[in-house]
Amino acid sequence: MRTRDVNVYYGDKQAIDSVTIDIPSQFVTAFIGPSGCGKSTFLRALNRMNDTIPSAKVEGTIELDGQDIYTSGMDVVQLRARVGMVFQKPNPFPKSIYDNIAYGPKIHGLAETKDSLDEIVEKSLTRAGLWNEVKDRLDESGTALSGGQQQRLCIARAIAVDPEVILMDEPCSALDPIATAKIEELIDDLTGRYAIVIVTHSMQQAARVSQRTAFFHLGKMVEYGPTEDIFTNPIEERTKDYITGRYG
Amino acid sequence: MSPALLLLVALGLGFVGWLAGRAKASAFQAPNPSARPVARPNYHGWYVALWVGVPLLGFAALWMGLMPLLVNQSVLASDAAADLPEFGFMRETLLAEARAVATGNAAAVFDPQSRALVEPFREAIQRYTVIGLVLALCIAVVCALWSYTRINPSFTARTRVERAVMAVLLIASLVAILTTFGILASLIFETIRFFGFVSPIDFLFGTSWNPDPMSNPDADQGDRYGAIPLFWGTIYIGAIIAMIVAIPLGLMSAIYLTQYANPRVRAWLKPALEVLAGVPTVVYGYFAALTVAPFIRDIAQAAGVQNASSESALAAGLVMGIMIIPFVSSMADDSIAAVPSAMRDGSLAMGATQSETIKKVLIPAALPGIVAGIMLAISRAIGETMIVVMAASTAANLSGNPLDSMTTVTVQIVAMLTGEGSFDHPATLSAFALGFVLFLVTLALNFFALRVVKRFREAYE
Repeated sequence: MRTRDVNVYYGDKQAIDSVTIDIPSQFVTAFIGPSGCGKSTFLRALNRMNDTIPSAKVEGTIELDGQDIYTSGMDVVQLRARVGMVFQKPNPFPKSIYDNIAYGPKIHGLAETKDSLDEIVEKSLTRAGLWNEVKDRLDESGTALSGGQQQRLCIARAIAVDPEVILMDEPCSALDPIATAKIEELIDDLTGRYAIVIVTHSMQQAARVSQRTAFFHLGKMVEYGPTEDIFTNPIEERTKDYITGRYG
Repeated sequence: MSPALLLLVALGLGFVGWLAGRAKASAFQAPNPSARPVARPNYHGWYVALWVGVPLLGFAALWMGLMPLLVNQSVLASDAAADLPEFGFMRETLLAEARAVATGNAAAVFDPQSRALVEPFREAIQRYTVIGLVLALCIAVVCALWSYTRINPSFTARTRVERAVMAVLLIASLVAILTTFGILASLIFETIRFFGFVSPIDFLFGTSWNPDPMSNPDADQGDRYGAIPLFWGTIYIGAIIAMIVAIPLGLMSAIYLTQYANPRVRAWLKPALEVLAGVPTVVYGYFAALTVAPFIRDIAQAAGVQNASSESALAAGLVMGIMIIPFVSSMADDSIAAVPSAMRDGSLAMGATQSETIKKVLIPAALPGIVAGIMLAISRAIGETMIVVMAASTAANLSGNPLDSMTTVTVQIVAMLTGEGSFDHPATLSAFALGFVLFLVTLALNFFALRVVKRFREAYE
């Protein structure tokens, strides 16, 4: 994905100021920055989830495979099937585990038969590392799972429609350390298969799971580069302050 | 002593008590923070005031119940009562007449014998009023002094006042519950009397409703009281026709209002819809009887239906459905709006369209609330009286044709109670049995609706 000079406004307030970034498809890209710096807003601009907020307005170009996603020719439904999203708080539907996963494939017509749907469900849950835990209780409610399992269910749900990009908006902030470790492991496993963009408050997490890191501050992208460079050898003074401030 | 004056006295004395208690407690000095008085002066004031007002009013209530007995007794002991008839109706009438004159409720007596009783009555009433007043004041003063002496820095006046407030709140909540039981008890009592005339089996399963208030109540009532046609009419009009109108319209308007309408449209559409709920049902009744019913009859006749009634079930049901729309839509609206927005975002982020999101995520998640709204709407519809009284007929027909005239339970209750039958005739008593059945059905519907809501609310968390 490529973005050029993206501005996002909420009413009169500018939340994102001229962000230009290339997101590689084979890596995990982390967005870090203090609260309110606009990283989640920018993430939501990437699959047009800001459309659901009436006052939000996006300027500039955001391209997916060279195609501008904000032109009228782009079907937002198709876009979101290609750019999936995982939210801060696990939000499984109050349906069975099976139906949670089957939801996307069904609405997009990805499975012709019951067998192929079963296959998609199993494959998605397996990739999300959840299959062995839930295979015997697929018709139990998704909301009955633990928080960490719910979040993996949401990741499996996103995977089920076979997207190109998965956006994760602080996926571990509502989870305990063990569940967090599992999600991070899962992100590692998925690296290379999907382009993953993760917004996180934890710099350790960004350092652990990502290959590229972008630092946001006050609506601007301050610095973007290989994760190692950002953490060990930042160019910008502000990046350095933020990173060292957090550690020390 | 009139109750209003008594209340004023209690309030006045209570206020004095409050001032005194507060003044005494205000004088407490706090040498250091740890020795601070346990309660603030206000609470001490309230404590004394409660101890003045409550015993005073309590005693007054007791005395007012007791006084007629005491008065009667002293009158009967007087010389004038010596030559009263020994027993029965005559004696009671004479006493009542004299009492009425003595209390000023009647101008003069008709019977000379009771005239002699007026004076003893007047005297006794006066005597006991004064005694009661003095006793009441004594009690108030004693209680006031006792509570006043209890005030000291370590006295927990606040917890005591709070306990009294809690008792008041408890009583307030019990009033509604006790009233419900009272209503139920009176219904049951009359219903049992009705079943003394007509067997419950005949009533609940009979198919012919044809009561005659002028018939001889002791004669065999036979099969005049079969309520099935009434139950059917009620269900057909209230739960079938009205719901066919109200459920789709209410649901669709809720979906439009929560999901599609922009805030400005919503800002005036939602109150407008709620105005519909505030229209008195009798106005709907006019509308049904004068506009909708003739319209339906004309259409039916134009379509070739020969005996279309101008009191069709369809007319009453349609208008009732319109009346019910706000109930369905506001419950559905609330429960759709209560679905966490994360649910909606989750679905949209999967690439679901807005209508897929509504159909597959929002409505299933909001279903308990929607179902509960519908059940409450049904219970409201079958208990509805004015529309059907005005638009439906009183002829009990067991028919599936919406153009036929039909009657409902509530219409028959009105018809039976406003008739000329006496209160010990089965025709009049049947109104209570019908009311009892209606009460049970709506109670059950409300109960299940609340259960459904509660059960599924838990599933969310």
